[in-house]
Amino acid sequence: MSVPAELHYTPEHEWVSVEGTSASVGITEYAAQQLGDVVYISLPTPGATVTAGEPCGEVESVKSVSDLYSPVDGEVTEVNTELEDDPSLVNAEPYTAGWIFRVRVAQGGDGEAALPPDLLSAAEYEELTKSAG
Amino acid sequence: MTSFAGWQMPLRYASETAEHQAVRRAAGLFDLSHMGEIRLSGPGAGAALDYALTGHLSTLRPGRARYTMICADDGGVLDDLVVYRQDEDEFLVIANAANTDVVLTQLRDRASGRDAQVTDATGDYALVAIQGPEAAGILAPLAGGLDLGAIKYYAGAFGEVAGRKAWVARTGYTGEDGFEVFCRPEDAEPIWSALVVQGTPAGLVPAGLAARDTLRLEAGMPLYGNELGPDVTPFEAGLGRVVKFDKPGEFVGREALAARAASGPVKHLVGLTIQSRRIARHGYPVLADGQTCGIVTSGAPSPTLSAPIAMAYLEPGAGQDDQVLTVGIRGEAVPARLTDLPFYRRRQ
Repeated sequence: MSVPAELHYTPEHEWVSVEGTSASVGITEYAAQQLGDVVYISLPTPGATVTAGEPCGEVESVKSVSDLYSPVDGEVTEVNTELEDDPSLVNAEPYTAGWIFRVRVAQGGDGEAALPPDLLSAAEYEELTKSAG
Repeated sequence: MTSFAGWQMPLRYASETAEHQAVRRAAGLFDLSHMGEIRLSGPGAGAALDYALTGHLSTLRPGRARYTMICADDGGVLDDLVVYRQDEDEFLVIANAANTDVVLTQLRDRASGRDAQVTDATGDYALVAIQGPEAAGILAPLAGGLDLGAIKYYAGAFGEVAGRKAWVARTGYTGEDGFEVFCRPEDAEPIWSALVVQGTPAGLVPAGLAARDTLRLEAGMPLYGNELGPDVTPFEAGLGRVVKFDKPGEFVGREALAARAASGPVKHLVGLTIQSRRIARHGYPVLADGQTCGIVTSGAPSPTLSAPIAMAYLEPGAGQDDQVLTVGIRGEAVPARLTDLPFYRRRQ
């Protein structure tokens, strides 16, 4: 199972990729496997304000429906409309074509994107999924 | 893997959608060893089942199977069952895993004094099901002493599969042609492996519980705990045909069932096609003109119809006269279209 080293993670199984102040968000391969075939994604609305740790959408699979949590604070700039026609991209390519939404996050004092301090590294996330069995 | 009635079961092997499609187009292989097997033996076994169940099992010919139900005195469904008559005085009753203990207790009670021995044979059997249009072609080269063509739908025969003794029945829960292979637990793995080797070139894949659920839902087959339970009689589920009032003698639930047959069901089971990609799941309300008129019992995406489908119980009169129905999906009223059951019927 793939956990790319360059990404940040949450205990709720989202990943975050940061470029400048733009954060791309998706769900991890582990989450996609646990959910099974994803059939519908309720995407956040572009322009909406999202808060780290708060639900901002839903991921629906054959057997279950789960909240999608925002891993960061900011404003939604873009959503992956490809998922409206083909939600299975989340299963097939969770870290690339299966990205879900992008958020503009505030700049920190150091000029970098201000990310919540409790995001997990790839190693920490991998540890978490292993202890979950 | 998932826990199911005390058994560890594969929910899916890979993609449940792909597994579903494989069963519709080629074949799928299921491990159904969790199902309960209860044996009734003896000269009074047929009469005991006539008293215990809604069906007229004593008329079943050896080598044939029947779908039937066991009801409580008040007519409530305790389980739906498949009964095989394996020999003149030998019946095998297949119960849902979660209900096996209840069915066993009731059968023992109801068979007492009727010259029939009731035995829990669940541990004696593993059950491997091969389902799909290619099932017969895959199974045939591995079947010893069996003419699969002579085993009609809802029939079974003793023989060998991959050199292991088995009861092979042309039954299933997918809406496809297929076979259920009852074998000794230690023979399940070699039988499974032989079927995988034989079937893989023909498109056979192992399939889990998730695919089993979407397949039976498309086929309009009820699931105990969803469409069936102690709060409904077979008439609510549209399965009044399993109640044989014309059989001789008394049977458990007759009075209550006769009353329900006369008064009509207190609710009725319907099919719904959801006009959205969202799934109407078990327990969601069905509304007409904004008023709750029913409840969803099962819902899933239908890979065959490319739309979410559901079964639901509606109050009497609801859903008639082109009434517009919606399902409350987590606060949103999503339009739903009444659809005749089954959603899917295989081409004969």
